[in-house]
Amino acid sequence: MQIEQQLSEIQNVVDDVLKMALSKGATQAEASMSKVQGIAVSSRMQEVENVEFTNDGGLGISVYVGKRKGSASTADLSKAALTLAVEKAVDIARYTSEDPCTGLADAELIATEFPDLDLYHPQELDTEKAIKTTIETEAAAMNYDPRITNSDGASYNANLGMRVYGNTHGINAGYPSSRYSLSCMVIGSQDNDMQRDYAYTVDRQAPLLKSAAFVGQEAAKATVDRLGARKINTANVPVLFHKDLASSLFGHYVGAISGGSLYRRSSFLLDSLDKQVFPEWMNIEEKPLIKSGLASSSFDNEGVSCSDMTIVDGGRLATYLYTTYSARKLNTVSNGHAGGIHNWIVGDTGHSDADLLKEMGTGLFVTELMGQGVNIVTGDYSRGAAGFWVENGIIQYPVHEITIAGDLRDMFKNIVAIGKDKDVRGSVQTGSVLVNQMKIAGN
Amino acid sequence: MSKSVERHLLSDSGLDITKLESALATIHRHDTDYADLYFQSSQHESWVLEDGIIKEGSYNIERGVGVRAISGEKTGFAYSDEISEDALMKACKAARGIAPSGGTQQVSALDEKPLTARYSENNPILAMQDAEKISLLRSVDAYIRQQEPSVNQVVVSISGVYEEILVAGSDGTLATDIRPLVRLNCSVLLENGDRRERGSSGAGGRYAYAFFQSDENGKPLYENLADEALHMARVNMQAVAAPAGAMPVVLGNGWPGVLLHEAVGHGLEGDFNRKGASTFSGRIGERVAAKGVTVVDDGTLSDRRGSLSVDDEGTATQHNVLIEDGILKGYMQDKHNAKLMGVAPTGNGRRESYAHLPMPRMTNTYMLEGQHDPQEIIASIERGIYAPNFAGGQVDITSGKFVFSSAEAYLIENGKITAPVKGATLIGNGPEVMQKISMIGNDVALDKGIGVCGKDGQSVPVGVGQPTLKIDELTVGGTA
Repeated sequence: MQIEQQLSEIQNVVDDVLKMALSKGATQAEASMSKVQGIAVSSRMQEVENVEFTNDGGLGISVYVGKRKGSASTADLSKAALTLAVEKAVDIARYTSEDPCTGLADAELIATEFPDLDLYHPQELDTEKAIKTTIETEAAAMNYDPRITNSDGASYNANLGMRVYGNTHGINAGYPSSRYSLSCMVIGSQDNDMQRDYAYTVDRQAPLLKSAAFVGQEAAKATVDRLGARKINTANVPVLFHKDLASSLFGHYVGAISGGSLYRRSSFLLDSLDKQVFPEWMNIEEKPLIKSGLASSSFDNEGVSCSDMTIVDGGRLATYLYTTYSARKLNTVSNGHAGGIHNWIVGDTGHSDADLLKEMGTGLFVTELMGQGVNIVTGDYSRGAAGFWVENGIIQYPVHEITIAGDLRDMFKNIVAIGKDKDVRGSVQTGSVLVNQMKIAGN
Repeated sequence: MSKSVERHLLSDSGLDITKLESALATIHRHDTDYADLYFQSSQHESWVLEDGIIKEGSYNIERGVGVRAISGEKTGFAYSDEISEDALMKACKAARGIAPSGGTQQVSALDEKPLTARYSENNPILAMQDAEKISLLRSVDAYIRQQEPSVNQVVVSISGVYEEILVAGSDGTLATDIRPLVRLNCSVLLENGDRRERGSSGAGGRYAYAFFQSDENGKPLYENLADEALHMARVNMQAVAAPAGAMPVVLGNGWPGVLLHEAVGHGLEGDFNRKGASTFSGRIGERVAAKGVTVVDDGTLSDRRGSLSVDDEGTATQHNVLIEDGILKGYMQDKHNAKLMGVAPTGNGRRESYAHLPMPRMTNTYMLEGQHDPQEIIASIERGIYAPNFAGGQVDITSGKFVFSSAEAYLIENGKITAPVKGATLIGNGPEVMQKISMIGNDVALDKGIGVCGKDGQSVPVGVGQPTLKIDELTVGGTA
């Protein structure tokens, strides 16, 4: 079936569901539906391990009866299940309370233009070719160094899907998208030490994935570099967050400036609009319409139009992130963040990674973070870490079994440099981040 | 076999046992060793109270069938959100593609073995009227506001799941299960000047919502949960910076058993050990923990969140001893890894849903109790940390490094619990930390039923438990 035809079929289902909701007593309704087909193939020790054919779909509906809301969802897309979902949602709205802030997004904010963001690059789901790729990836890793002694496997995923959103203001829009990824994790041994690490590549266009050899070698190099890791003493030192995990710092920032955290007074960045939270040289731009971007979309999960936005301007908190509900709770309007953020580009200081190590001098280069020890209410940050001890800008030896801790407010203010080489594989694109001081706990 | 499950999952869709046998035979026409079909239907609801009003309610439906074909170490897998003969055969043909045609394996006649039910078959979503669920939420809110009029935010939620499964395997396995699951969570936020702290608590298990109204020490359980959340927030309002560095740590009983889940549990799952990827690989019979340490995984406990009458491969759950008096005794297995390792499955084959492959997973993992009075354990420490409550954890099973983060903790100074300290991540090496357990309390408890375990992107409900424990040295990730 042609993709346009599939898309219009899904739009018809969404339309039917919305009509059904109105006929059953809803005064407003919104529905989203997705369908994703794909393959997930893995190899281990250069033999095929799993071949999975994935086929996921679902419909979620929210209905509003006056100012009461009810929601339902179903992964079963039969007519009977869709009808039951609508009935349940309407039924639930009899029991929820009147809430003046509830309801669809404001009609004037709903997207009316749907530019082609070039998110769909279909390719035949060829399991044989995928198997060949994963085996090549693992081979590249296993042959990289004799200390690579075992493998946790390589996997290739390809997904072709579509997403449709509609509501009773009249929007019923959707788009197809594709996503391909290749990853590898191997195990290295030396004396009594056993370590693992991984590498991955992801893109909307399969031909733009990094090569099997590249991914395998990256995984192997990361693994052997960790062998012989030791603990270090408890100390206050500068910390350089590798670009692959530096985006997590901005993930905590997202949590702290989200409307939901603000109206619940559960953020360490309350009442901070226009305040200096990062150094003056720092900017963050949000660009939802990047062609082929992994987090691109012209409208959010409530149909609100997304556009370019300055998130951090000269280090100042330029905007909070609102959904329709959180905006109304805070007497403002949505800025298109239902469902999360869209392609943040974090400004840099022009340093290469080698320059950043030099800039740090002596300190910790973090390449892995563990656990969830981040408190968005208070800003307290304490996570497990592994990486490398650096002296005079030169990596000395791998370290592990330590924690790094601080207060996110201080950590953000104390960012002294950000690398120009960015990790572009997620919704936040940033280089490595140097924080001038944190507490390391070790021996 | 539950007739209602057979009707809902098979006959209503035009399927029967003979058709399942012929579907399995279709797979075995390719060179496969084992195949299974997993039918599932589940309903899930949740209700949320916030700002003193019933803000959200939702209802979720999931239904489908997953087909797995195994050939040696290879697995083919396909699934469908439609249960019908056509969809089933299509999935069987996709899954068997893992092996070339020309199979010789015969399908054994499907035969159901008697099972011991570990929980009720009642549907918690129907067992209580919606109006009564709402009034339960309001009671928790009212109680919290009465106990702490200055409370800034109160969020209370309940959720209920009713799930039916049927599994049929080419070795003749046939099993059905009905799995209820409920949960209540509450979270409060206290504010004083610039300082804000949250406290939370929760409970649940395989029963009906009425459990939350049942008596616990002379009060409804929900009031105790509310007290617990308020207590955590009040304690954290007073908390000072946690210390940084290696020091003795006392873990409270119950939920701090997340230590075992991370430090040893994952490392003892059969798949990692078959692959030689775990720090515990090849160490059966060796000392991996201090003397006196006995750790079990037990899916048979009545009504517990991590319990199952039968696992997702049709194997009855068991009381599995993992570590006995410090010596490693066995791993947790699903059928696939058990076969490849030449041992018996242990009832630990679990999957998130029909759309996910089963793998070895924990059920309820806990440590048996020892001799020591908890007070005596605290009194033995000159300077250290007492941590009675935790948030989640994580482990690297290859290096053995694990973390877990405290949600409520105190300094121990000269044998006494003193100032509360802020949440901090604790980090250690599983086998090393287990050997540094020097005192085991006489107060074993299981957690209240809130655990969710994630592995390879699949979430399943689990339980943990332990007595109060003293660990001679663990790295505490504070800032002071």
